[in-house]
Amino acid sequence: MIKLLWLIPTLPFLGALILILTGSRLSWRIAACIGAGSIGLAAILTILVGYDFLASGKEAYLHVAWNWFQAGDLSTTFSFYLDSLSMVFIFVITFVGFLIHIYSIEFMQEDEGFSRFFAYLNLFVCSMLILVLADNLVLLYLGWEGVGLCSYLLIGFWYTEEKNGYAARKAFIITRVGDTAMAVGLFLLFTVFHTLNIQDILTQAPLLWTTGASMAVVIGFLLLGGAVGKSAQLPLQTWLPDAMAGPSPVSALIHAATMVTAGVYLITRMHIVYELAPLAQLWVGIIGAITLLIAGFSALTQFDLKRVLAYSTISQIGYMFLAMGVGAWSAAIFHFMIHAFFKALLFLAAGAIIMALHHEHDMFRMGGLKNKLPVIYWTFLIGAASLAALPFVTAGFYSKDQILWLAWAGEKGNLWFFLAALTGAVVTAVYTFRMVFITFFGEAKTKISHVPGMRITVPLMVLAALSFAGGFIELPHTLGHFTLFSDYLSPLLPAVTLKEGIETTEWTIQLVTAVLALGGLYLTYILYVKQPQLSNEIKSSTFELHQFWFRGWDFDALYNFVFVRPFVFLSRINKNDVIDQFYTGLVQITEYFNSAFVKTQNGVLRWYVMSIVVGAILILTISLFVQP
Amino acid sequence: MNALPIDMGLLLAGVLFTLGLISVLIRRNIIFMLISVEIMLNAAGLAFIVAGSRWAQADGQVMFIFILTMAAAEVSVGLALILQIYHQLKTLDSDAADKMNG
Repeated sequence: MIKLLWLIPTLPFLGALILILTGSRLSWRIAACIGAGSIGLAAILTILVGYDFLASGKEAYLHVAWNWFQAGDLSTTFSFYLDSLSMVFIFVITFVGFLIHIYSIEFMQEDEGFSRFFAYLNLFVCSMLILVLADNLVLLYLGWEGVGLCSYLLIGFWYTEEKNGYAARKAFIITRVGDTAMAVGLFLLFTVFHTLNIQDILTQAPLLWTTGASMAVVIGFLLLGGAVGKSAQLPLQTWLPDAMAGPSPVSALIHAATMVTAGVYLITRMHIVYELAPLAQLWVGIIGAITLLIAGFSALTQFDLKRVLAYSTISQIGYMFLAMGVGAWSAAIFHFMIHAFFKALLFLAAGAIIMALHHEHDMFRMGGLKNKLPVIYWTFLIGAASLAALPFVTAGFYSKDQILWLAWAGEKGNLWFFLAALTGAVVTAVYTFRMVFITFFGEAKTKISHVPGMRITVPLMVLAALSFAGGFIELPHTLGHFTLFSDYLSPLLPAVTLKEGIETTEWTIQLVTAVLALGGLYLTYILYVKQPQLSNEIKSSTFELHQFWFRGWDFDALYNFVFVRPFVFLSRINKNDVIDQFYTGLVQITEYFNSAFVKTQNGVLRWYVMSIVVGAILILTISLFVQP
Repeated sequence: MNALPIDMGLLLAGVLFTLGLISVLIRRNIIFMLISVEIMLNAAGLAFIVAGSRWAQADGQVMFIFILTMAAAEVSVGLALILQIYHQLKTLDSDAADKMNG
């Protein structure tokens, strides 16, 4: 069965191919079957392959499909590399992807571009699978750009509205900034190692570099640039909130569960390089810590349901970066998996709410949905509890607690990382339950137009079950000490070395996180349910700060001022393109002569003879008087 | 027999050529224009003959036969075109054909 690994990315690709080639000629039933079916088959295959892989007990499996191209030293194969890390990723991509496809069948049913939507979505899943299964960095880059393209296509899916196209372009261009850094990093890697095969690089790197080698640090930073762009971290985070212009399943699949975590995958995959470059790794942590705070505070002030979730995604990926910064690789991947479950759930539930309320995005016009959409309410509540990391029962608690603990106790952890993560935890609890209370409690403000059917509720329930139970595969030392997940990843990703004699504080840390999460919940309950006027008072007394956070710490304005305006200014100066002037001049001269000579073509035979004669005489004269 | 002085021969060829050229330019009747072209061709042929005899080379005569052949071919095409023009325009005036802009 493991030999069928190549089929996993191929199936979605075939699905996309069929849907693209047939255009919109297929009935929605067939299009849905192809679109969701290909991912479903891939998911089943992933389980079979995964079972085989685990049963074989090998560390990795390599499938070389064909030689892609060869140029000088660089020989690039189209080959898939399966190990425990990529196993986790393909499981999440196909399985969560399948649930989201099922959901989309109902969500997009009325849409004209139904089959186009599924074609893009399948293409995305294919690219994402190539990204995580690639055994060399060139193939990884192919997948990397493929998901970027699909992200662009799907953000601008409803392209008739201008602002959607703007958001799509913004996402594409900003991530391209990071991709450029990453490409330069790949070139450097090639000049150092003369290969771009990931495993070769990882085995050679410790032999070639000592810890802190400047080349390792430079490459670490360049790859970090790519990861920062794709994962919407500081300073390239501004595209993600605008990317919410796409349909909700897209936000769930691409901008929460899979694509935006590609940066986490890249850094974890290259973790040996980062362990050799402590400075770059420290900056991974610093970027994560700052981003999680900035995005968390921004999420506190949003009123668009999906924008809250977008900022929350940025913030949660910040946690993953923080974990990678302290070398807690498996904790980062664990949080990635749990986050994929609960954030996909939250986005899908939000999409269902928005659909039920005539495409109303504003939370303050929702309210009172608790009794009207009970399934959505309960699943959303489970997702929210997981996001806020309510202690002991939710998956989010276990994954986030691990990061907090290692940020405190890990060798590379420090107090600042820990404090940032702790503050972030409170903020997360507050914005999450602010969202829950405003949306589901209070009075109903909008009538419900559409009650979600089976295809929407079943994926929600499955994801809710996963966000609830997913955490129990990895329990901390103090609570059962059950480490299935990190054991599974341990041959690949080293465990964190703890500081001396710090184990005893684990209880305290857990207690503090638990109390803070519950405290955040209680605070929100008071502010938004018990005494709603209090939250309004706070808002009006700190209006400037509120607006500042609402605009995402004015990063958009800053970039507008630093990059966009000078660029527009320069392009306005050079509107007539100096270099182009020369070529325009050439064209004008040619046109002038053309209009002059066209008059000589008058059809009078004798006039032609005359010109021939004059020409001949001229040439004769010249050849007589000009001696060679 | 003394060979013809080359400058006389070439002068004759030049005069013939100029006469032909002038009548191509001033005639409007296509048939006369064709005849004038024939005169020009023959003037060129004469120049070849004279030069050939001056250098005692056969090349001049070869070229003349070549020109003769070409002139025959040209006349046949030219006459066919003239017939067509007359058929289409009911006149032999070359200026009447200027609407073809060719």
